[in-house]
Amino acid sequence: MRFKWQVRFSLAIAKKDARIYYLKGPVLIFGLFFPLCLFGAFVFGRKISPTLLMPGLLGMTLFFISSSATPVIAPWEALNKTLERLVSTPASVSAIIAGDILAGFAYGILVSLVPLGVGLFAFGLTLVRPAVLILTLILSAVCFAGLGTLFSTLPTTIPSNIMLLSNLVRLPLLFISGVFMPLERMPGWGKALSVISPLTYTCDLARHALLGRGYFSISRGLVTLFVFAVAFVFSSIQIHKKTMSKRLA
Amino acid sequence: MACAIQVSDLTKSFGGLLAVDHIAFEVKRGEIFGFLGPNGAGKTTTQRMLTTVLKPTSGTIAIMGYDLRKAPFEAKMQMGVVPESANPYLDLTAWQNLMLMGQLYGLGKKRRRARAEALLAFFGLSDRSRSKTRGFSKGMKQRLILAMALIHRPRLLFLDEPTAGLDVQSARLIREHVVDLNGKGTTVFLTTHNIEEAEGLCDRVAIIDGGRIVAVDRPAALRAALRSAQSVEVVFDRGLDGLESLEALPHVTGVKKAGEGYRLHTDQPGEVACLVADLARAKKRKILRLNTLGPNLEDVFVCLTRKA
Repeated sequence: MRFKWQVRFSLAIAKKDARIYYLKGPVLIFGLFFPLCLFGAFVFGRKISPTLLMPGLLGMTLFFISSSATPVIAPWEALNKTLERLVSTPASVSAIIAGDILAGFAYGILVSLVPLGVGLFAFGLTLVRPAVLILTLILSAVCFAGLGTLFSTLPTTIPSNIMLLSNLVRLPLLFISGVFMPLERMPGWGKALSVISPLTYTCDLARHALLGRGYFSISRGLVTLFVFAVAFVFSSIQIHKKTMSKRLA
Repeated sequence: MACAIQVSDLTKSFGGLLAVDHIAFEVKRGEIFGFLGPNGAGKTTTQRMLTTVLKPTSGTIAIMGYDLRKAPFEAKMQMGVVPESANPYLDLTAWQNLMLMGQLYGLGKKRRRARAEALLAFFGLSDRSRSKTRGFSKGMKQRLILAMALIHRPRLLFLDEPTAGLDVQSARLIREHVVDLNGKGTTVFLTTHNIEEAEGLCDRVAIIDGGRIVAVDRPAALRAALRSAQSVEVVFDRGLDGLESLEALPHVTGVKKAGEGYRLHTDQPGEVACLVADLARAKKRKILRLNTLGPNLEDVFVCLTRKA
């Protein structure tokens, strides 16, 4: 019964987040426009087939959109003096953070349909493994939204500090995750580093789903993404429980 | 009757700083309880612990009989909270803000719509219900925040400086609503440093200073306990050459110029009034006004917070 209430609270918070944060210019620019520009730079600059880059674009868009607003919601709400009232409602800290993750998840899935549609209809890609694609989108969106809330555990009320931290982590991940080239073409050190990035598995699984081939096995990719997702969500909620008081003190 | 709030041995420290120091008090159901103190005394920290925003370092809190540590969900369902300098969501409309709060207190769709409509009408915001609150005045925002805190008909309402920074009309409107709610059975915990407001609204007040409760009682009882803050106010037709003749009167502990007259502090105002009349005759002055004054809550507050 109590769990059912908290799920309802999470849905209400997710709806609020979607209305307030996900239609803002910076979120759309970083989540959609930025990956499209990077995609364009690689397609036109290096004459790589757009078809080969589509899985990377899909992963990159999902990565940036799902983790775009989640890092700043908590500090933003503390700054705007709305967080204290939220915390004093019957919604638990877990429900509040789960709501933020849910909004990032839903928005990530929704916006990633744009590059997917472009790939399928403009570049003639075919969906080789639809089930793999669906599982990849779901697990990746949870994982990246969870990563976003993990950044926001830093108890500051200055959103730009969190954005700085999140971009310091997110941008380097782009270059070690096989976004712009398949993993098999990466140098040895790149391959070694790539295993620590969840984006690696998203892009690799997207290749399985759209191109019919990948570097890791599908099961390894899905299990690893699941482990990353659980780890990010769980640790984020636990740390938020500890730091929420500090943020409001 | 069980208490609305029971606090015992409550302490909060931030690092090495002891913000709230082993305080204990009770708030009865149905009363307006004022929580007064100078800036930095520990008022807001205490309210934040009572509303689960901060975790106490030690001590216990019970809200409507629910232990806040063991049953926070049940306790939170009983309370509405207006935090200090809170905002509604500026990118949402007044209606959306109310719907969100209704959902966060578990109200069904039909019930929260009915409550929101009633509250918007009650607070005079019906015509702006579909406007984003970014364009609201401070008074309108504060009325909406109060409405948000009342969406689930809480039995206990926490207000932290609810009229701070508001114009006279908005502040008066909020105070009238608070009295009205209390008349309907809502217990109110009012944190404020506006002594006049506390004196006008509260059944009982607690005064906190340096993290410790220095007094808890009815405002009238606190005033009566402070005999030394009684005074005599006198206005003569012409001023005296100095304050010396007034200071020399027996039982007078201090004299101050107060507007066109003088204020003489004493613990025996009746006797001093007679002596002032004698002095006026001796100095050939006419008395235009002579009043004996009891201490107000501000005198009590200043006296207690100075001693602590």
